[in-house]
Amino acid sequence: MLALLWLIPTLPLAGFLILALAGARLPRPVIAGVGVGSVGLAALVTVLVGAGFISAPPAGEAYTQILWTWLDVGGFRPQIAFYLDPLALVMILVVTFVGFLIHLYSTEYMIDDPGYSRFFAAMNLFVASMLVLVLADNLLLLYLGWEGVGLCSYLLIGFWYTEPANVRAARKAFIVTRVGDTAMAIGLFLLFASLGTLQIQEMMEAASEQWAVGSAPAIAAAALLLGGAVGKSGQLPLQTWLPDAMAGPTPVSALIHAATMVTAGVYLIARTYIIFSLAPTVLTIVAVIGAVTLLMAGFSALVQTDIKRTLAYSTISQIGYMFLALGVGAWTAAIFHFMTHAFFKALLFLAAGVVILALHHEQDMFKMGGLRRQLPVTFWSFLLGAASLAALPLVTAGFYSKDFILYEVFISEGSLWLWLAGIVGAIITAIYAFRMVFLTFFGEANHHLDHRPGLPMKLPLVVLAVLSIIGGFVELPATLGGLHLFSDFMEGAFGPPAETTGPAIRTELLLQIASVIAALGGVYIAYLFYRQRPALAGQLANSTLGRPLHRLWFIGWGFDWLYDRLFVRPYYGLAQANKDDLIDLLPRGIARLNQALYYGLSRTQTGNIRLYALAIALGAVITIGLVVLL
Amino acid sequence: MAGIPVEHGLFLAGILFGLGLIGVLVRRNVIFMLLSIEVMLNAAGLAFIVAGAQWGQVDGQVMFVFILAVAAAEVAVGLAMVLQLYSRFKTLDSDAASQLRG
Amino acid sequence: MEIVFYGAAVVAVISTVMVITRLNAIHALLYLIVSLLSVALVFYSLGAPFIAALEVIIYAGAIMVLFIFVIMMLNLGPQTVLQESQWLQPGTWVGPAILAFVLLAELFYVLAAGVTMPGGEPVLGQPQDVGLALFGPYLLGVELAAMLLLAGMVGAYHLGRREGIGADSAQYQESARQRVRQMEYGVEGGEWDVGSSMQRVGSRE
Repeated sequence: MLALLWLIPTLPLAGFLILALAGARLPRPVIAGVGVGSVGLAALVTVLVGAGFISAPPAGEAYTQILWTWLDVGGFRPQIAFYLDPLALVMILVVTFVGFLIHLYSTEYMIDDPGYSRFFAAMNLFVASMLVLVLADNLLLLYLGWEGVGLCSYLLIGFWYTEPANVRAARKAFIVTRVGDTAMAIGLFLLFASLGTLQIQEMMEAASEQWAVGSAPAIAAAALLLGGAVGKSGQLPLQTWLPDAMAGPTPVSALIHAATMVTAGVYLIARTYIIFSLAPTVLTIVAVIGAVTLLMAGFSALVQTDIKRTLAYSTISQIGYMFLALGVGAWTAAIFHFMTHAFFKALLFLAAGVVILALHHEQDMFKMGGLRRQLPVTFWSFLLGAASLAALPLVTAGFYSKDFILYEVFISEGSLWLWLAGIVGAIITAIYAFRMVFLTFFGEANHHLDHRPGLPMKLPLVVLAVLSIIGGFVELPATLGGLHLFSDFMEGAFGPPAETTGPAIRTELLLQIASVIAALGGVYIAYLFYRQRPALAGQLANSTLGRPLHRLWFIGWGFDWLYDRLFVRPYYGLAQANKDDLIDLLPRGIARLNQALYYGLSRTQTGNIRLYALAIALGAVITIGLVVLL
Repeated sequence: MAGIPVEHGLFLAGILFGLGLIGVLVRRNVIFMLLSIEVMLNAAGLAFIVAGAQWGQVDGQVMFVFILAVAAAEVAVGLAMVLQLYSRFKTLDSDAASQLRG
Repeated sequence: MEIVFYGAAVVAVISTVMVITRLNAIHALLYLIVSLLSVALVFYSLGAPFIAALEVIIYAGAIMVLFIFVIMMLNLGPQTVLQESQWLQPGTWVGPAILAFVLLAELFYVLAAGVTMPGGEPVLGQPQDVGLALFGPYLLGVELAAMLLLAGMVGAYHLGRREGIGADSAQYQESARQRVRQMEYGVEGGEWDVGSSMQRVGSRE
């Protein structure tokens, strides 16, 4: 069973090749079949492989499948090899399964689009790259997948490339993540130079032997890898690309910018956790970045009018939770939250897509309303997704994962401020989640529906809604029975958790009550502002304190403005100043010199005999002079 | 007949040659240009004779005979071309015959 | 003998200067003849009487006379003198004068630096010696010179022809009549303009 591992990234890659080479000539159903089928088959194989892994775990809880040697240069021998351990298994299950559902959804969503085959080709390539990234045995192969998902993100954000705004958004995404990618590449160089190998397990072993805790190479390597993770996952300070990336089609936002690509950073840190453990300073930075980001993005999500931008900021915020968890060493909690987040965020995006399509590409929430009765399935699934996002207690998966994170943050040696940030973030999350629900689905129903969702769109919604509920039941806190299926499983990847004298059950219960209050309180506030007394929200926004705050949050805390002034404009100025390209001066100069000589010399051919005689005389005099003198 | 220094003779030849050169470059009338060329040829021949006298051999004079033959042929052909030039352009201005400009 | 040399040299230089500065072609020619005669005298003073005679007979006698014939045939008239005075601005002399001066300076430099050998007794080169040398070691040169003269003759004949016109053709007689008219009435050549002569060129080919 496990030997089928290599099929998992290869099937979507094959789908991509078929669609890229022949897609334009195939009929729509065939394209859809290839596109969805490749990911679906990959999901099936993943289930089989997972079953094999769980039922008969290989030695050391890890299975490596080496395909071939990629390079052999001066002692550097990276291989095309796939490494399966619990972490990777969780990731590929989520990626293939959620990916399959989103592909199925897209068959109906993109049905009218002329670029149908291009869409599925890019989506398949994306899934293949993501799987390579997750299954990579060494950091070089991981980087290959990393770049691949970046490329596909660019292709898919700018999918409707005839619109310049989309192209700008795609470029922005690529360039901003490129900053992170470069940091990561330098990190890879550093790791190889110090440790001699990029094979992840070997590297981590060598690091733990050679590097002391808190030593300079560890901090440098971890910081550089963090740079890459921050770029891909849209955390501070490289988060500016994510809200603009909503220019792409909604399934793209669901797959790439909610469930999978943006979590690549989280995966990277989790995968190389030993390097990070050796650099506690960097881990603290990770936690702080997570905390600050989740707050900033939360506030921004609170005041957005576009439903997709709200969800984008929400994604940034939730990944901030994951970073927060990673920063305090709670690897398992972070991955757990990744899993539940993938379910409910993808669900929210897909449901938003249904609404957008139904209202003929209307994305402003304030222009929606009352869709509760017109789109019932969508309403209920969106509601469940929002509930999971807000971490409504006991019944939603989001509750269990967020609670797990908050618990781990509290009992870690980190400061209390991190936990407070998490709680405040939870309140805000609940507010904006239900703000979305109330604005979109409640209120007056006076819209003409353009498009009612069919089965390919409703089925993924239902499945994801179910998962958003039951997905959390694999990990119950001690107060509720202490079921540790997930964390036990993840021990295979991260080793047994550090034995801490955990606080008493009572503390845990108090913490949980705090988060329950936060969630329910947030829901109530949202209800207050957007159902009962809608004018109140407007009044608050227009108050003397409210207006600048509203403006600040709306523009994402001014990062775009800052980067524009700091980087974009000077660069444009430089490019403008170098319009005539200084470096090009040499070849152009040679050409110009030639031309000048040509024109100059051709002017001496006047046909004037006296001039010729003069030239002869001059030449003779000079030559004789040379002979005489030398 | 005492010896006349070679340098003086050569210098005379040089002066005459220079004057002929000036004439070629300054005058626009082709007749005058041909005249100046004759002056230059003559000066060259003078140089040969002076050199021959220097060495006391007769070779210089032989060279002068050849130069004379060349000058004669050149004058014949040159003047024929002057006639053609005049019949074509109706003027003896050497600048008029500048159709070979590039 | 030096007096002869230096005197003739001075006359030669002065008359050559006059040659290149005259406006009237005939005047220049006459000055050139004087220059050639004085150079012949220089030759004589250098011990080459045969060459002096050749210079007078052939150079001054034949070549210059050829020049005079051609100038007279062209029949330029007084307007050419005016033309020449317009062309000979003082400014035009500067450049070539400098060039020639530089050349002269180089020559002077070479002569001053060179080994000066005292002028030996000038040997009178008798005609027999020149003849013996010509038909002895320099025979090939003589043959080549003969061929050169033949070429010159053929070329001169060929180039001197008017296109496709014999001496007794009607066109030639017509053009001769036109020239007479020109002389008498000072009329500009009517049909004898550049354009028609260009057409005739085309017809010849």
